[in-house]
Amino acid sequence: MSQNSSTATLRTVLQYTKKYNVYIILSLVLAAVTVAFTLYIPILTGDAVDYIIDKGLVNFDAIFSIIKKIIVLVFITAAAQWLMNICNNRITYGVVRDIRQKAFEKLEILPLKYIDSHSHGQIVSKIIADADTFADGLLMGFTQLFTGVLTIFGTLIFMLTVNAKITLVVVIITPVSLVVASFIAKSTYSMFRLQSETRGEQTALINEMIGNQKVVKAFGHEAEALKQFDEINERLRKCSLKAIFFSSTTNPSTRFVNSLVYTGVGITGALIAISGGISVGQLSCFLSYANQYTKPFNEISGVVTELQNALACAAGLFELIEEKPQIPDHEDAVMLDAAKGNIELKDVYFSYVPKKKLIENFNLRVGSGKRVAIVGPTGCGKSTVINLLMRFYDVDSGKISVDGIDIREVLRSSLRSSYGMVLQETWLKEGTIRENLMMGKKDATDEEIMDAAKASHAHSFIMRLKDGYDTYITENGGSLSQGQKQLLCIARVMLCLPPMLILDEATSSIDTRTELKIQSAFATMMKGRTSFIVAHRLSTIKEADIILVMKDGNIVEQGKHEELLRLNGFYANLYNSQFEPV
Amino acid sequence: MKSLMKYLKGYEKECILSPLFKMLEATFELFVPLVMAAIIDQGIANGDKSYIIKMCFVLITLGVVGLTCSLTAQYFAAKAAVGFSAKLRHALFQHIGTLSFSEIDRLGTSTLITRMTSDVNQLQNGVNLVLRLLLRSPFVVLGAMIMAFTIDIKSAFVFVVVIPVLFLVVFAIMYITIPMYRKVQQRLDHILKITRENLTGVRVIRAFNNENNEKKEFDAGNESLTDMQLHVGRISAVMNPLSYCVINAGAVALIYSGALRVDAGYISQGQVVALVNYMSQILVEVIKLANLIITVTKAFASAGRVRTVFDTKSSVTESKSPCSGEENSEYVVEFRNVSLKYHETGEEAISHIDFRVKRGQTVGIIGGTGCGKSSVVHLIPRFYDATEGEVIVNGVNVKDWDTEKLRDAVGIVLQKAVLFKGSIRDNIRWGKKDATDEEIYRALDISQSREFVENKENKLDEMIEQEGRNLSGGQRQRLTIARAVVKEPQILILDDSASALDFATDARLRRSLKKMDKSTTVFIVSQRTSSIQHADMIIVLDDGKIAMIGTHEELLERCNEYREIHNSQIN
Repeated sequence: MSQNSSTATLRTVLQYTKKYNVYIILSLVLAAVTVAFTLYIPILTGDAVDYIIDKGLVNFDAIFSIIKKIIVLVFITAAAQWLMNICNNRITYGVVRDIRQKAFEKLEILPLKYIDSHSHGQIVSKIIADADTFADGLLMGFTQLFTGVLTIFGTLIFMLTVNAKITLVVVIITPVSLVVASFIAKSTYSMFRLQSETRGEQTALINEMIGNQKVVKAFGHEAEALKQFDEINERLRKCSLKAIFFSSTTNPSTRFVNSLVYTGVGITGALIAISGGISVGQLSCFLSYANQYTKPFNEISGVVTELQNALACAAGLFELIEEKPQIPDHEDAVMLDAAKGNIELKDVYFSYVPKKKLIENFNLRVGSGKRVAIVGPTGCGKSTVINLLMRFYDVDSGKISVDGIDIREVLRSSLRSSYGMVLQETWLKEGTIRENLMMGKKDATDEEIMDAAKASHAHSFIMRLKDGYDTYITENGGSLSQGQKQLLCIARVMLCLPPMLILDEATSSIDTRTELKIQSAFATMMKGRTSFIVAHRLSTIKEADIILVMKDGNIVEQGKHEELLRLNGFYANLYNSQFEPV
Repeated sequence: MKSLMKYLKGYEKECILSPLFKMLEATFELFVPLVMAAIIDQGIANGDKSYIIKMCFVLITLGVVGLTCSLTAQYFAAKAAVGFSAKLRHALFQHIGTLSFSEIDRLGTSTLITRMTSDVNQLQNGVNLVLRLLLRSPFVVLGAMIMAFTIDIKSAFVFVVVIPVLFLVVFAIMYITIPMYRKVQQRLDHILKITRENLTGVRVIRAFNNENNEKKEFDAGNESLTDMQLHVGRISAVMNPLSYCVINAGAVALIYSGALRVDAGYISQGQVVALVNYMSQILVEVIKLANLIITVTKAFASAGRVRTVFDTKSSVTESKSPCSGEENSEYVVEFRNVSLKYHETGEEAISHIDFRVKRGQTVGIIGGTGCGKSSVVHLIPRFYDATEGEVIVNGVNVKDWDTEKLRDAVGIVLQKAVLFKGSIRDNIRWGKKDATDEEIYRALDISQSREFVENKENKLDEMIEQEGRNLSGGQRQRLTIARAVVKEPQILILDDSASALDFATDARLRRSLKKMDKSTTVFIVSQRTSSIQHADMIIVLDDGKIAMIGTHEELLERCNEYREIHNSQIN
């Protein structure tokens, strides 16, 4: 990350911490208190040791007063440390909560374009895992960096007041540990990268072979798969060994440097003590400083990586939060109430990617209550039409209007609730069946729900489930079959029955007999409602008032069944292929 | 954990040497305060400079020896841990290969994958850390206490009190907080789920204007997560200050008792300093031990999860005297009153299926979703064992077949068209390891895929990405058919595997299958009557039972279910 962008990120982080300024100041003060006292206590201990000289040469009164002081200070330090921890918790967890909330809020108003074109896994890991990494980094970085720096300076000052020469020894030797640590970190970096690459390779193979274990078994491919796996496994073992071993040398090495510092303090201290420069108590205090002084140095290199990592995570999150939202509803957008369903597409141009032209100069007028069938081979872009009608995407130019009003001047919510949508890709929320059905009508009564379920032939299978309408279904339908899920999606629309419909006709997921039942339900649903149907069945196509034939994202032909057959073009071809004799 | 220990076999030496060297290192560390005490008491007290310098060399030597020991220990620990996880992964991979479809269905592939990746990593960390710290930390704590005893028995009693109190503080807090952290994780999982739902279900959520509800739900989850985090934070925030208090109380007690003992002439000033130093060494080790315990708890949880995979045994067991059936038996496949239940408690997926197929026949199987079509054909290569009745291939019960030979005789194309990373040739060769290009092209011809393969830049060497992402659904499906055809199996099963093909291609495919070796028996599972109407016999399934068996014409005349399906498609 460049210097500029990380300062920018840091500035944004500060925006979020503003709310917690009181806690931050409190935390800083408490940290200062903790550090000062933690450093002062060894001096007191040293003083006490100096009063314990030899047999008969012990000043008990002085020792008692020092002990009293120590006890009081220890309590204050502990209390300060505890309060500081609590403040830090409040800051970090609070900031993360706020950031997550903001990110999720943005998620709900992001244009579909963003969501469709970004990996869902990545967005989820931004909001969940990255936010956590950021919190940990912030918490660790904030506490350790601040107390670390304070400790280093505090120790230096305390040591200088006692003896300059020994201080010099400490100052000179300590950075060695920093150098050693960063050297090890640098040289292990490439080993870790190799390890994570190899691990990635192995995970990919595991995903492939275990994920498709049924095919592996069907072809008796187990032994080959294992051979392939073992080859990667052995490579992983070797590079993991290197990475783990070399990175684990950091601790012993820095500990060794510390012992050098300790020895350095010991030798210079003892020599100075002989000449009476310092007392034994002061030396023992120095020795404990030597330990405390080196500790933050060892930690700082870790903290810096942690902070960098945290900032990188934060940057990704902020990018999401600052992403341009969908165009908000027009200020005087009208409420579409009880739409009649006269839909007009006028001179519509649309494409997902500017370079790749898709829909061009598309005109269509659908009268109230008419049926539009959209046909074409898989992947021909039938969903594009749905995207435009529902205003998941906005047209590039031209306009779409409902009852003569441009849909961009209508409240989004009222436009969408005027449509009932059943997609082939069934999606259900984790929750009870009842909750799922009530999605479009929050105040539906039990009776209404049951009527809707009966009308869509879902009632009987729902009743066969363990808890009926209160059966809890897990993410993505869990144990329900694809067909059952589809039925629930239909019931969901059946319950609110909006004036216009968008139906993606089920093909493979529902068997034809169940589909027959659904068709009858669809038929009642469609009566008097303007409907767009992604059609696979000939009967639907024949009964449609207008057929849109799509190919490669374009509308290539439009008209009635007979008209299109007479054209003898793409549609005629598609139609005839179904009945080619075998 | 115990049962997984066997994967450490071959690393016994490392497992013993690593902790041993760690202990050696700790021992040398324990001498440091003693040396310092000697410097104070003899060097400083007598003004003996050469003694001081000599002692400092001792200190440096101790440091160097300590470093060497520690590095040796780290190396052995890393070697054992990495070797352990490699063996474990190998064994897991192999074990999963032996499971039958029922076990894979029950455990779920995503679970199996996390067991093999993150759980094994967690275990590796556990082993590594245990080898390094499990002996060292308690040893240092005990060692410091023993050293204190060698200095002065009476003063050392302070240690006897402080150490248990310290342990009590640290472990009580961990005992309280570890389950709480689990709760934190659960609440985090909850908001993760909401976030994921809002991405996958974005169209439905927006179509039903449910954004505000979702926001409310997320905020509530987020808030309860933060509350829990703060709650746990408040408790674990006590750990450091409290142990600090305990250690300092110990130090104060040492100063006081030290003062008394020095005054009475039992110990020296330097020894008091040494005692205080030992006290501070203990704190560091107890905290390390606490971290170790967290890692070990996680490793134990992972070990439990890994073990459940190992404990899952394949329900399809190999016959003691496996054989392969007679190729000249009249009926190639026979179902005798076969029923199948996927779960012991569940409903029967198919019940009382009874039919016989002659060699070279084409069999169509049709019926609604969930009527058991796939279940029937999956029994032929013994992906599952029938709960009741017998499945007979070439006159021999599939349970008596050598499974490998059985699956060799059966070519199956599964519903989900899966290909693997590698060239097109590699993928087709899954069916026949030594297939020549000529044989491969013949298979491509039959499966109607020659044209698009030849249009690829590298023909048979064209690389397929993982899961075949760089091919269209129809292309994938045709290649999976080629993969099964190249085997020249006695029985070829197409399990609804032409769904992504348009009608014309589907028709051509069926024509070319017909022209294949006359002795090949073909099963076609489909939802479309057009795909099976020319079959020699059609089995109509309804709700797991056979509704009727017959030819297209017979069924149209007499079978209601079949007629309904047919009419719904033709109109």
